[in-house]
Amino acid sequence: MSPRAIFLLVVSVVAVFIAANSAYVVNEFQRGVLLRLGKVIDNDLRPGLHFKAPFVDNIRKFDARILTLDARPERFLTVEKKSMMVDSYAKWRIIDVGKFYTATNGEEDRAQRLLAQRISEGLRNEFANRSLQDVVSGERNQLMLDIADELNKFTQTSLGVEIVDVRVKKIDLPDEVREPVYSRMRAEREREAREHRAKGKEQSERIRADADRQQTIIKANAYRDSEFLRGEGDAKAAAIYAKAYKRDPEFYAFVRSLTAYKSTFSSKEDIMLLDPESDYFRYLNNSKGK
Amino acid sequence: MAWNEPGNKDPWGGGNRGNDGPPDLDEALKSLQKKLSGIFGGGGGGSNGSGGSGGINSTIVMVVLIIAACAYFIAGAAVVNEQERAVVLRLGVYSDTKGAGFRWNPPLIDTVFTENVTKVRNWTTTEQMLTEDLNIVDIKLSVQYVIDDARNFVLNVRDPQSSLRQAANSALRHVVGSTEMHDVLTQGRGKVAVEIQVRLQKYLNDYETGILIDKVNIEDSNPPVEVQSAFDDVIKAREDEERYKNQAEAYSRGVIPEAKGRAQRVIEEATAYKAQVIAEADGEAQRFEYLLEEYKKAPVVTRQRLYLDALEEVMSKSSKIMVDVEGGNNMLYLPLDKIISNSGGGSSSAGNGRGLNPSDRDVIVNQVVEQLRREIATSTRRREGR
Repeated sequence: MSPRAIFLLVVSVVAVFIAANSAYVVNEFQRGVLLRLGKVIDNDLRPGLHFKAPFVDNIRKFDARILTLDARPERFLTVEKKSMMVDSYAKWRIIDVGKFYTATNGEEDRAQRLLAQRISEGLRNEFANRSLQDVVSGERNQLMLDIADELNKFTQTSLGVEIVDVRVKKIDLPDEVREPVYSRMRAEREREAREHRAKGKEQSERIRADADRQQTIIKANAYRDSEFLRGEGDAKAAAIYAKAYKRDPEFYAFVRSLTAYKSTFSSKEDIMLLDPESDYFRYLNNSKGK
Repeated sequence: MAWNEPGNKDPWGGGNRGNDGPPDLDEALKSLQKKLSGIFGGGGGGSNGSGGSGGINSTIVMVVLIIAACAYFIAGAAVVNEQERAVVLRLGVYSDTKGAGFRWNPPLIDTVFTENVTKVRNWTTTEQMLTEDLNIVDIKLSVQYVIDDARNFVLNVRDPQSSLRQAANSALRHVVGSTEMHDVLTQGRGKVAVEIQVRLQKYLNDYETGILIDKVNIEDSNPPVEVQSAFDDVIKAREDEERYKNQAEAYSRGVIPEAKGRAQRVIEEATAYKAQVIAEADGEAQRFEYLLEEYKKAPVVTRQRLYLDALEEVMSKSSKIMVDVEGGNNMLYLPLDKIISNSGGGSSSAGNGRGLNPSDRDVIVNQVVEQLRREIATSTRRREGR
């Protein structure tokens, strides 16, 4: 290989090395700062291809996407001194890379810690002003907006960070408060169950009483109607009898008496003591009938 | 992909390329060879002996370069599936989102992120939370979502799917926290799911995650295990309520028709009675009238006949004792009870008069008659003797 070729090779290698050290790409989802010997000379590198002085300049790239800060669950007190376990998360993003770099030395973890403290403090303050009911249901939105606003005042100016959103994931009762809640829930259910049963019994009693009433009325009405009918029958019969018998009451008495005798002395058990002087025995002792 | 591998035929218009491609490539290679030999071979141009070795060198270099070029070309080529979108960053700057089809992006210059945008992804979680009335419920939630905007999904949020999970948790608790337990557990579930979906989509839009929520389902919502039995008891109580009612209904349904039936019977009986007495009266009255007419024709005889008929019947049916005593001054003692008990003791253990059978009765009657006769005989004798 000729010296010229070797020279060319060396030159090209050096050129490639320098080019690799001076050209760099900032991605769409990144922002960067350019440092010359540790000093920030460009605090907002946009996405694209950039060049820097090799060896002297340094670049730091940061994630410009929305990042998530997931804090550990913490115990807060509400205005009525009830304690709650609150698990929250925050969405944040670096908006001013220069400030962010100077404030945190470009360490995301450090920024997260700072933010977590701030958020926890903000939540603690907001919770302390609100009742449990408000926190759980009513004012969540407002609560979160308030905290985000409060935080943004600080973070945007001093950290170069924007809090996009703070949200409470979980608001739970501490374990020792659960049992009372459970017993309250049980008591409520028991009340409901008892109410249902009592209502059932009430209905049952109503229906039965109504049935009994109807039964009694039906019976009584039937009795009344039957007595009417019997009375009518009796009256009519009496009228018929009277009409016939009054034509000869004496004869009726005679015939009727005979019938009565027949029916009263119809069995051998009836013992009669007879006087032979009676009319029936007129001819018993005497054929002439005396 | 098979057609991207070296040696395989290019599936796109292989015929055209087969004619045009190779000559171009050959020319390019030839010119490259000339230049290269100009650089490397030029130095040793004076010595003819090294000309052969210079030719070999340049050939090797050329082959290496060709292989490198091929590798570069292949590394940049890919196929985007119908379901996918490819987000292309050129030198770090967003340039394009490519749809389905073949794509070639020069490596080192372009960065490509490929995401499936039609696949419906599912995420399920089971959580315990507070309701508006500060009760605790267990909820199983599932979120179905698709990546709607690949550019936002890739470029805006770090780990968008964990953002989704956190946002879903927050939305879930927010909505359930503003709903009463009863609604969460029963008919309000659908409404809760819709509210969660709306709220979750709003959060995700705020973060510009590029995720579209397809559907939020509350798969299951239950009271905590610790109080489950109390809730079950309420269901039982509801059943009991119905049962009590039904039992009473059954009683009512059973009793009233029965009473109606009995009432009808009473009335029927009374009607029957009425008809009966009237008919009887009619009959008896008519009978009497017939008799009366005949009686009027011959009163004495008829009366006598009726009387004797009746008495005959009476006499023939009943037991009788004739006491043929004159006047009322004689005391007549009939030890009836003794007679009855004697005959009873003689025949069987049944000593009272009621249980007498006809033969016993005849015995008694005979004894009575005999006794009477004796007494009468003595009294007449005494009378005669006087």
